[in-house]
Amino acid sequence: MIVADLPPLELARRLAGPGVRLRTGPLVMAIHSRQSEVVRGLELHYAHHAIEADIAFCDFHVSVAPPGNLRKWFRPQVSFALDGNPPFLPLPRNQAFALLEWGMNWCVSNHCHHYLIVHAAVVARSGCAALLPGPSGSGKSTLCAALVNRGWTLLSDELTLIDPTTGNVVGLPRPVSLKNASIEVIRDAFPQAVLGPVVYDTTKGSVAHMTPPAASVRGQHGAVRPRWLVLPRFEAGAAAHLSPLPKARAFMQLADNAFNYSLHGRNGFEALAQAIDACDCHEFTYSALDEAIAVFDELARNA
Amino acid sequence: MTRAGADPVSCALRDPRAVCGWTLPEWDALIRQARRANLLCRVAVDLNDLGMLQDVPPAPRVHLDAALVVAQAQEEAVRREVSYVRTALCRLGIDIVLLKGAAYLIAGLPAARGRVFTDVDILVPEVAIGEVEGALMLHGWATTHHNPYDQRYYRQWMHELPPLRHIARLTVLDVHHAILPPTARIKIDSAKLLASARPITSEPRLCVLAPVDMVLHSATHLFHNEDLSSGLRDVADLDSLLRHFGSEPGFWQELTGRASELNLARPLYYGLRYATRFLETPVPPETLRAADVGRPARWLRRSMDALFSRALQPDHPDAADRLTPLARRSLYVRAHWLRMPPHLLARHLMVKAFGREEEQSA
Repeated sequence: MIVADLPPLELARRLAGPGVRLRTGPLVMAIHSRQSEVVRGLELHYAHHAIEADIAFCDFHVSVAPPGNLRKWFRPQVSFALDGNPPFLPLPRNQAFALLEWGMNWCVSNHCHHYLIVHAAVVARSGCAALLPGPSGSGKSTLCAALVNRGWTLLSDELTLIDPTTGNVVGLPRPVSLKNASIEVIRDAFPQAVLGPVVYDTTKGSVAHMTPPAASVRGQHGAVRPRWLVLPRFEAGAAAHLSPLPKARAFMQLADNAFNYSLHGRNGFEALAQAIDACDCHEFTYSALDEAIAVFDELARNA
Repeated sequence: MTRAGADPVSCALRDPRAVCGWTLPEWDALIRQARRANLLCRVAVDLNDLGMLQDVPPAPRVHLDAALVVAQAQEEAVRREVSYVRTALCRLGIDIVLLKGAAYLIAGLPAARGRVFTDVDILVPEVAIGEVEGALMLHGWATTHHNPYDQRYYRQWMHELPPLRHIARLTVLDVHHAILPPTARIKIDSAKLLASARPITSEPRLCVLAPVDMVLHSATHLFHNEDLSSGLRDVADLDSLLRHFGSEPGFWQELTGRASELNLARPLYYGLRYATRFLETPVPPETLRAADVGRPARWLRRSMDALFSRALQPDHPDAADRLTPLARRSLYVRAHWLRMPPHLLARHLMVKAFGREEEQSA
């Protein structure tokens, strides 16, 4: 059963009651919330995700609920909790769905150390993965959103999970988080893309989420071989241009963007080296999305 | 309320072999509660050492694999950190006594297995504390808690310097000159602890407390600690130490004798009481009888049982009842009460509540 199979009232009832056990890639999240923003967000952005009502083990039990303070009527807030314990301060209630997304990212990056976790978007075509590492503002989420609207498979827009024993990427398809100007850019370029309401004034500016394509979610791709590492940089007015990136620098880019590289010690070094060895590495400057997509499609054709 | 030790984490620590027959919902409870109690690494290391990881169902297994990665990394990080501390302090010509987790690790004790570390703790003679701080600063450690009140609070009333953080590695080092604040109800002569400390043969200038003192420090720390969210982890430390040293000849007699000598009969009584209740630590009956000199009056014992049997469980909604939050708050107040006389405590709480004026006028 997928989320879209549930009538909206039933989804709300389950979220408020026993919780919804949602599969995202290798993980099952048990989610509990009475917030209407969370119900609507899950309905819209997780429509194609599987509900595992009968699964007996969940990786994380999370909730979004008002904190126990007196702010119920005056600028109400919500708090994210893992097993009843909130890792962050509460946020305004209209950010409830974004808070759930950030909270689930936190669960993965703080606990799933059986993977090497890199702060990178990752997309795939014909069984080959392209890693797009980069800090916020480098345009990786925008590029990732554009590619998955043109036939690339979304593995993750934020958290690249690398299996340290094989160097392969494990997909974690979840909504793509778009920020500030990129929200309008994606809305204009891909009218068919499903975007949620824009939430203004978050710590990351304005945020809207984009529903991942059904094919990306349905695939539940086991492991995908990394094939390209592309370091994206948005530059207004620039023509799309790939230039070679030396492997040592590509390695350092990946290591610098890894959340838990230091925990993995020698194995982590070897897993990243294995991933980089399998990749063609490029720096990529772009402004127009159509040109950027054409460059990636060309890469895929020559794979 | 669930019985002390009935939570899944205590069960797994007592009998790791039994968990392989557990159902998935039982695994779900174990992973969640062990994670909260800072004991997931310990459970993972126990199962790994018994060669039983492959018998764990795949869904919970990955979380144990993740915990093993963390345990391994922490062990290496603490070894490295201890060697930096030694390098920084070796010229001073004093012995550095490692405390708690770092001591268990460097001394090769089973209590270090899968233990989660937040910082490194050392004990040095009070007269040397200025020199030690200076040497550490030259090697990149800087003080934290920059407001004048906090600095004075630590330096005047506490048994340690304000925590030092290394500017490049961001690791935290606690430098103690005693194991309890000088303002505490119980007075302990640190010179006695330092005099009995044992050198570590492979690591010149590094020492650990004598076995009985290590046990007494662990119990004292646990029963003076205001934050019991890792309380079960501390009980597990005590359990491991007692199981390990318990087989050494003369250990048990020495333990109760030393507790009386250091004024620590009460913490030892509580330590043995809750270690045996939660983790079924084997303690000889004559030791339990001898430890009774630290036994509080019946009404107090009953209140403490009610508080500790709740607060020492994993800090998780499923291991709590209606009274658990009250128990945690009461023990928070109790810990402060034990550490400071009433007038100091009142003043401290006032400053913490209304903070700013003191800071500006200081």
